[in-house]
Amino acid sequence: MNFELTEEQAMLRNMVKEFADEVIAPRAGEIDRTGEFPVDIVKKLAELDLLGLPFPEKYGGAGGDTVSYAIAVEEISRACASTGITYAAHISLGCSPFYLFGTEEQKQKYLVPLAKGEYMGAFGLTEPNAGSDAGGTQTHAVQDGDEWVINGSKIFITNAGYAGTVVITAVTDKSKGTCGITNFIIPRGTPGFTVGKEFDKMGLRGSNTVPLYFDNVRVPKENILGTPGQGFKQFLEVLDGGRISIGAMSLGIAQACLDASLQYARERKQFGQSISKFQAIQFKLADMAMHIELARLMIWKAAWLKDNKKNFSKEAAYAKLFASEIAAKAATEAVQIHGGYGYMKEYPVERFYRDVKLCEIGEGTSEVQRIVIARLLGC
Amino acid sequence: MKILVLMKQTFDTETKISLDANGKIDEAGVNFVVNPYCEFAVEEALRIKERLGAGEVTVLSVGPERAETSIRQCLAMGADKGVLVNTGGLEGGDEFTTAQIVAKAIEKVEYDIILAGFQAVDDGSAQVAPRVAELLGIPQVTVITKLELEDGKAIATREIDDGVEIIEVALPAIFTAQQGLAEPRYPSMKGIMQAKKKPMERYSLADLGLDAGLVGTDGAKVKIVELSLPTPRKGGKIVEGEPAEAAQKVVQLLRSEAKVI
Ligand SMILES: Cc1cc2nc3c(=O)[nH]c(=O)nc-3n(C[C@H](O)[C@H](O)[C@H](O)COP(=O)(O)OP(=O)(O)OC[C@H]3O[C@@H](n4cnc5c(N)ncnc54)[C@H](O)[C@@H]3O)c2cc1C
Repeated sequence: MNFELTEEQAMLRNMVKEFADEVIAPRAGEIDRTGEFPVDIVKKLAELDLLGLPFPEKYGGAGGDTVSYAIAVEEISRACASTGITYAAHISLGCSPFYLFGTEEQKQKYLVPLAKGEYMGAFGLTEPNAGSDAGGTQTHAVQDGDEWVINGSKIFITNAGYAGTVVITAVTDKSKGTCGITNFIIPRGTPGFTVGKEFDKMGLRGSNTVPLYFDNVRVPKENILGTPGQGFKQFLEVLDGGRISIGAMSLGIAQACLDASLQYARERKQFGQSISKFQAIQFKLADMAMHIELARLMIWKAAWLKDNKKNFSKEAAYAKLFASEIAAKAATEAVQIHGGYGYMKEYPVERFYRDVKLCEIGEGTSEVQRIVIARLLGC
Repeated sequence: MKILVLMKQTFDTETKISLDANGKIDEAGVNFVVNPYCEFAVEEALRIKERLGAGEVTVLSVGPERAETSIRQCLAMGADKGVLVNTGGLEGGDEFTTAQIVAKAIEKVEYDIILAGFQAVDDGSAQVAPRVAELLGIPQVTVITKLELEDGKAIATREIDDGVEIIEVALPAIFTAQQGLAEPRYPSMKGIMQAKKKPMERYSLADLGLDAGLVGTDGAKVKIVELSLPTPRKGGKIVEGEPAEAAQKVVQLLRSEAKVI
């Protein structure tokens, strides 16, 4: 057992921490207020080779591991959760499908520019009528000679407005149920494929969340990701990895809540003393700190299992579920510790409070995580 | 162009310093970083190499084993090679002895130009690089904010009291960096991954033919008698009342209490 980060992981942590504090954090309030996608920051993330962090160099990546990736997501989200989800979705949902299932040719053609950060990646699974029940996809594809013709729509897709390609699930053989779902690669600009108007969200307002429409979209059969009929299995595996990153994103927000609350509690005086001297406040801070440390251990363990090619599905679900719920609790308590000031836009905790809620919903709701865990327990 | 950078590992400036039972600085829990002024020097070295499109940047550090992590940090930024002179266990050195070690180590390195931080943020003496220049018998320009290279010479801009001084000097020479010379880059992820694979030469004092006694307590010209922490700052005083009245009171207090006017 070794609880030390490797030299590279420690260096990466320092680097992203500094970058997040110096470049991202000063912009977070404005990104939230204007809802503008931080194109310039994303470009800088690309220059630091972070947009392809966990992929091999031959595919345009930096050859880092999942632990490093989780660290990067945490540190970025600590400074700005909008940027955090943008980053996490790019790697876990945008790049991973190509890395995990793409043919060599597809990896060269699509993963390389994604990992280099030439444009963003996105994964379209959710539909208006298929959310938690993602196998209930209604978007469908029909073969026509060497081409497939796709019709349907997707909803709430992160990054798709800035994506060079999106991967989407579609039913190719209804009679086969979940074994009749296939993933298709849809390049931007393909006729019939449109990106709809951005959703007006409660939080994560600087992230790009859009609907996608497919109206007789024709793609060649080379645009099937890996093997036909494997779409369902593929997205389950993509989501397993994605859960580590949503866990890490939650953790970053929770850490930001603790940092802000601890500082405020020390400074704010009531009844002639710092409110940090009141046991009621101390207990909140102690719980936050403990939860954060435990969540970090679980996230790093899940990431370590993945890096060591061991099963990590259950641990990733634990990590995502636990981290998102303790982060939501931390944000609630952070506002409480700030009192009326916490309810005001001048303090960042109201942003944390709005941003964090997504973590209990995206990439499988808390309820779905419990279903996944129970299933893996043999229920 | 072979560029040598002298780098010291120092405490993170955000570290809270405390003294141990023996009155020495307690290193437990301290975060060690590249001295910020040396970081400017590393950045300038990398930019020179990038401008010329060729060259080699070597980073040399004298210090205990842990200094290696800071050399790796410079390699992650883009430097090509590290040299660590391990002084682990050495006691009582000062700027005079450190300069001797550095100068001796430089014999193992090829260079056309040497860059260093103008001072280290820990003891802030600003002496080592100038002393090294003397020992090597080459020119030095300290506290520079700009450096231009031409055939066999350099034009450096250095800060002086009421302005700047522009100095032309023949190479090889030593230049020490002031803030403003070059804002250091963040190491990239690829840089971090490559850092471990880059060459690192290690020398002990014996390897350099140095006697640990003579570059430690026995050789030092300066001996530290005692270390103490600054007295903690007392809370401020708020003077209330109408502005004119308050200003008068403040002046009075500055005279009678603070005794500064
Ligand atoms: C900001 C944002 C970004 C997103 N980005 C993406 C993206 O990039 N790609 C993508 O494909 N999707 C994305 N989504 C969609 C997200 O994954 C879904 O919203 C989520 O999976 C839930 O689906 P739903 O909204 O349809 O809710 P529903 O599935 O309708 O769930 C409603 C409620 O019912 C509960 N519920 C559902 N089924 C069960 C059950 N069997 N047992 C118990 N409770 C149940 C749920 O837990 C939830 O509480 C994003 C969503 C948001 C808000």
